[in-house]
Amino acid sequence: MLDAPVVRRTPPQPGGQGANPHQQSAHKPTRNSGSLPTARVRKRYWIILGLLIFLGVGFGFGLLAWDNPMPVGSAGFWRIAELRGTSVIVMMVVAICQAMATVSFQSATNNRIITPSIMGFESLYIAVQTGAVFFLGAAGVTMVQGVPQFIVQIVLMVGLSMALYGWLLSGKYGNLAIMLLIGIIIGGGLGSISVFMQRLLTPSEFDILTARLFGSVANADISYLPIAIPLCVVAGIMLLRNAKRLNVIAMGKDTATNLGLNHRFEVMRVLLLTSILMATSTALVGPMTFLGFLVATLAYQLADTHDHRYVFPMAVLIGFVVLSGSYFVMKNVFYAQGVVSIIIEAVGGTVFLFFILRKGRL
Amino acid sequence: MITLSAVKKNYSSDVAIGPVDLQIPSGGVTALVGPNGAGKSTLLTMIGRLLGMDSGAIEIAGYDVSRTSSKDLAKIVSVLRQENHFVTRLTVRQLVSFGRFPHSKGRLTVADEEAISRSIDFLDLGELENRYLDQLSGGQRQRAYVAMVLAQDTDYVLLDEPLNNLDMKHSAQMMQMLHRAAQELGRTIVVVLHDINFAGHYADHICAVKDGVVTEFGTPEVIMTDEVLSRVFDTPVQVIEGPRGPLAVYY
Repeated sequence: MLDAPVVRRTPPQPGGQGANPHQQSAHKPTRNSGSLPTARVRKRYWIILGLLIFLGVGFGFGLLAWDNPMPVGSAGFWRIAELRGTSVIVMMVVAICQAMATVSFQSATNNRIITPSIMGFESLYIAVQTGAVFFLGAAGVTMVQGVPQFIVQIVLMVGLSMALYGWLLSGKYGNLAIMLLIGIIIGGGLGSISVFMQRLLTPSEFDILTARLFGSVANADISYLPIAIPLCVVAGIMLLRNAKRLNVIAMGKDTATNLGLNHRFEVMRVLLLTSILMATSTALVGPMTFLGFLVATLAYQLADTHDHRYVFPMAVLIGFVVLSGSYFVMKNVFYAQGVVSIIIEAVGGTVFLFFILRKGRL
Repeated sequence: MITLSAVKKNYSSDVAIGPVDLQIPSGGVTALVGPNGAGKSTLLTMIGRLLGMDSGAIEIAGYDVSRTSSKDLAKIVSVLRQENHFVTRLTVRQLVSFGRFPHSKGRLTVADEEAISRSIDFLDLGELENRYLDQLSGGQRQRAYVAMVLAQDTDYVLLDEPLNNLDMKHSAQMMQMLHRAAQELGRTIVVVLHDINFAGHYADHICAVKDGVVTEFGTPEVIMTDEVLSRVFDTPVQVIEGPRGPLAVYY
């Protein structure tokens, strides 16, 4: 609450209002096409954003300081905080990746109920992990860890998805619906192969594998970050710079073409950036099937605008708050740090249902 | 002027559009009429480059549609389909503001805002401008989309069945508005119409399409006759002199 008034003083973003700041001060009830049309909507947006920042900072600091045996501010405190800091950074990376990828993917495909993670990213990750244990035994798990392996996994995932998108969108029957369907089928197929291999594993191997297949911040190795951070920052900035075009793409193929966009090219660009983000996140921490979907849906509910320039920051913040919040609870309440995907799905799903039932729309 | 030369589009071995050769003059309202499945909408969407053709060429004001960049075409021609995917959290005014995208690239200037206001007022949507699209009826949404296309400020405007979902009052208003836009602003407007009487009353030219080819092209006086209409629509039509011009009776 502390920073809500501070946030309220923030002026509306210049780009969002166009040339209107002059008009607004001149005569009060001006007609403007800004992304946040009325003062009430604007106020609501910035208050929610402020609250999320407050929560994010709170959870982030809580993760560093809670249960830290040294007094706050001492050298020993920072030594311990530094060690825990890695997981906070990993959460930021995952939040940016999942939030921006899902929001962009949903806009590019004009579909609010799917997430890029079902397009084979996660099943490919699971297949790689399972295959390693299946063919190489328990030692296989360590064979797929390491920086080169991390890069190979990202390249594999981006390669698979781009081959799929490129082939399906440029073909004669180039059609988003068919692309999604085939993506889901490939994902399902890879998943079944993984399940088959898992059936044949010994219980101890299976146990080792299971730990890897829960989406978990603990999966991330600090040595991955020098690769993951630039990938996520660059792709994120490119999507943010592309936000105005995304607004148009979200209106559908015909309207986008009418307004002068090369729809296929724009969609391919968004899908490429999306797959880089999803691959980075999945290779870093494992499957987080529900997180992206949850975050994107909540962001639309809370931002209450179509404009991606406003939806993106909201989504990233929600992502971080959800991740750090569930990590905090898992670690300090249930002493089961790591398996945050469980609590995300339980609590997140409830919040999601609450919103949908209360508002009655996506 | 819109020129189509030997335009063809094949759907399957026995369903094909064309070859179509057609010249739509600049200025005025041109109505495309014809029975269901004749290819009116296909022709219109091909002119508006929403659909590719298999052979032939289309030129709008001298620009080849398949070779000019989409970005440049968006300032010359605007096209609206019958059904549009709509984003829920979008107000009428925000939708109309997208019409300025080809000019402003999303960075609206004062002049853009004025053009948006004009377009909204032109379609009598001032009261609704801050409503979200999912709070509107089909007809109101239809008008909002037409307002967006008009805000695009192009010389050529292509509309696929703009009277869909509209009640009597708004159908008549829409046609009067299109007529006015053509007369006062010098726009060239091409519309697909279902009701031949609307075409007969408001259009400057009528183009009849049947089985994928243009069978008639002319002024309403030429087209609005028993013989021509019965042939085009494959049903007995009688044209009588109504209080405001010829009236086709087909029921």
